[in-house]
Amino acid sequence: MTLDDRLQNVAIVGAAGKMGSGIGVMIAQEMAKLKLKAENKNKVYRTNLIDISETALDGLRGYMITQLTKVAEKSTVHLRKLYEKRQDLIENADIIRTFVDNASSVLNFTTDLNAVKDAHLVFEAIVENDKVKTKIYRKMKKLCSPDTMFLTNTSSIPISYLDEQAGLDGRLIGYHFYNPPVVQRLVEVIAADNTVEELRKIGDELGKRLRKKLVPSCDISGFIGNGHFIRDGLYALSEVERLKSTFRYPGAIYVVNRITQDFLLRPMGIFQLIDYVGVDVFQCILRVMRTHLDDTSLRSRFVDKLVKQHVIGGQYADGSQKDGFLKYERNRPAGIYNCSKKDYFMLNDKWKKKVDAKIGSLPDGFAPWKALLINPKKEDALQSHFDKLKKMDTLGSRLAVDFLKKTKAIGEQLVNDGVAASTKNVNAVLTNGFYWLYGPINNYI
Amino acid sequence: MSFFRKKIYACAGFNTISLGSGRKEFHPKKPRPGIEYYIKEAGLGSINQIQNPEAIDEGVIGNFVAERFCKQGNLSGFFPMVHPTFQYKPCIRVEGACDSGGLAIVVSIKTILADLADVVLCIGVEVQNSVKAIYGADYLAAAGWFSGERKEGHAYFFPDQFSQRAGACFEKFGKEKVLAGMAQWYVNAIENARKYPPAQEFHNKNPELFATGMTPPNPKVFCENINVFDCSKVSDGGSAMIFASEEGLKKIGVDQKDATEVMAYAQVQDNLTTPPPDLTKLSTCAIAAKRAYERAAIKPGNLSVLEVHDCFTIAGLLAIEAAGFADYGEGADFVKDGRTKLTGTIPTNTTGGLIGYGHPTGATGVREAVDVVSQLLGKAGDCQVKIGADRPYGMMSSMGGNDITVVAMIFRQT
Repeated sequence: MTLDDRLQNVAIVGAAGKMGSGIGVMIAQEMAKLKLKAENKNKVYRTNLIDISETALDGLRGYMITQLTKVAEKSTVHLRKLYEKRQDLIENADIIRTFVDNASSVLNFTTDLNAVKDAHLVFEAIVENDKVKTKIYRKMKKLCSPDTMFLTNTSSIPISYLDEQAGLDGRLIGYHFYNPPVVQRLVEVIAADNTVEELRKIGDELGKRLRKKLVPSCDISGFIGNGHFIRDGLYALSEVERLKSTFRYPGAIYVVNRITQDFLLRPMGIFQLIDYVGVDVFQCILRVMRTHLDDTSLRSRFVDKLVKQHVIGGQYADGSQKDGFLKYERNRPAGIYNCSKKDYFMLNDKWKKKVDAKIGSLPDGFAPWKALLINPKKEDALQSHFDKLKKMDTLGSRLAVDFLKKTKAIGEQLVNDGVAASTKNVNAVLTNGFYWLYGPINNYI
Repeated sequence: MSFFRKKIYACAGFNTISLGSGRKEFHPKKPRPGIEYYIKEAGLGSINQIQNPEAIDEGVIGNFVAERFCKQGNLSGFFPMVHPTFQYKPCIRVEGACDSGGLAIVVSIKTILADLADVVLCIGVEVQNSVKAIYGADYLAAAGWFSGERKEGHAYFFPDQFSQRAGACFEKFGKEKVLAGMAQWYVNAIENARKYPPAQEFHNKNPELFATGMTPPNPKVFCENINVFDCSKVSDGGSAMIFASEEGLKKIGVDQKDATEVMAYAQVQDNLTTPPPDLTKLSTCAIAAKRAYERAAIKPGNLSVLEVHDCFTIAGLLAIEAAGFADYGEGADFVKDGRTKLTGTIPTNTTGGLIGYGHPTGATGVREAVDVVSQLLGKAGDCQVKIGADRPYGMMSSMGGNDITVVAMIFRQT
């Protein structure tokens, strides 16, 4: 069966979540393009969007229209060619509206898992919990044809484990999109030893169609992305513990977050990133990795405490940031959570000035991540930034250099442990999936 | 012999901020002022520079496409809002695509020449940030031939028209040379805009402008031969200028030394339903400039300052040739050599032009006139260039569509 054939009927399980909904947009978009081809005129296309929550599905309807419109707006140059024979469609607005109508006509919103039964491809993007995933795969195996192929969006559970538990005989591959899937170019692809060749090829071809950057990862819990991110986060938390005697808890979190964002030129500080992913998700991934890697060091009492106090981050349906380590006002950090007071310490200029003075200034000529992102001489600017950082003797520069070394060591360990086939793959995941300006395995320090 | 049957003066020019991406205060999702705000702001900016606003006889408003961007027509109805004494005075809205402002200043002058008014307040305005660029491209495509060109046209219709011109120039004059000229045009535009607080690129701090200008085009999402930095801005803004007869200047209480004389203009119209005769030339702009020079009895060498319609960097290069400063195919070298910089042979687009200041389409022709007049009056602030005693002239050339509707106008120090 070709990919075109498989794309006639697709199911997305966990479709109303942030990952599932994005996958749904991309699949509906591909179906709409296939529908436009003359040879497919009489074929019926269906994207089955399955979720347990009726309320969430209701919200998904609006989201799909909004996202499909955005996709169409960004690809109008291409869409004009697809609709060139439709003389009635002249302006961009006509073409965008028609494409969105076509794409949304393939959508089937349902809470009934039976909708997977005719699907040739099933994307699973439910909660990151091995027991829940195993249960649903067992059910789907019974419902689906023996030809159905499964792609899981797990970011940490070994594919071979899920395959074995559900008895899928190699019809499962890890296809880990990054958040938000429509925007992020990276997909980590994880094949288990027994993943069938046809599914591996589907993964490759689909990636090309969706214009994604596919980076292979070995089937070891956490893969490359979380293998790095989780350990990076744990190091940040250990730094907080070390710095708390100087800065106390809110101050130490502020310092480490600022070092990782401004001094290391990342798009956001490490605690803002954990909040973005979800503190509860972070904890969940830690648990999965701890279990599958049998590594008790993959735990954070601090994170456990936050989740227990229902400080979990993540995003609201409109994409705005929920409070976690940090409190957000207009999506910008405005406060820091204090576990003992169970409340947020609100940042103010006077306090920030005092703490900033202790860590010292940024290197001369500092340009933030956003400015460097569009700087055509980014490489030179990065080299200059880190050269200056090395020569400085401030608390901030020392913390940053240590962090950079640790980050590099984590990346190298992933290669040594066989999680990543090369340093190039580690760097590709961090630059494409996390929007870093540079890979962790570098020669800046 | 003078081209006009009586002397016409221009004074009290004013440009609002050109609001859009690049300005710190701009946020696409936050509410912004509407078109009436810019009409009033620009109009008041002008009349605050004269003693007797009640002596203004008429208004002319240049605007391209408010019906689509703002769902607003009947723009002349906003004229009385500018000043209480304008109630029941005449006002006409003028449209000529991106040359709406150019046509507005022509109409202002014609009204005075016809002895129907002594003083005309000319306002150009456009608000474009009301929709995303992909829909704005539809609206602006109205400057082309809708029934004859739009269906086959590109999603970004006008950028593609000039991308085709760039492609033709690459082929004829060498890609490397033309690309370098285009990138240098971008550099000059941003550098000049950084000296002019109302400019849209005033806050631009990019240290690598040339490299940015050389960003390779991405035809999958935009055009074949140009990048987004080659394009003028999507802008909200307004500009205003007062035109007056000698008698009119007295009525509004403006001394002749605070005004410049309009020496001549040429308004040239090409046929919208025929393709450009040569993609490597702005033929209509060249005719307009030639006629304007002849009518003012001067040569390009008499100009101290020039404003051209750089809706795209390639248009800037071709406009320099059309204005008679560089030979055919030499515009890129002329610009690359720095001869259009503020300190160059012919300082051009001194506040950044359509790429640096911005391009509120209906306002642009008026804005160009305002900037030439400011220079000749020595009131251009940090953008001021040297006005040689032997070169007391400045020229603006504004263009609507793909070299279809053009106004070239020459001003002289009094």
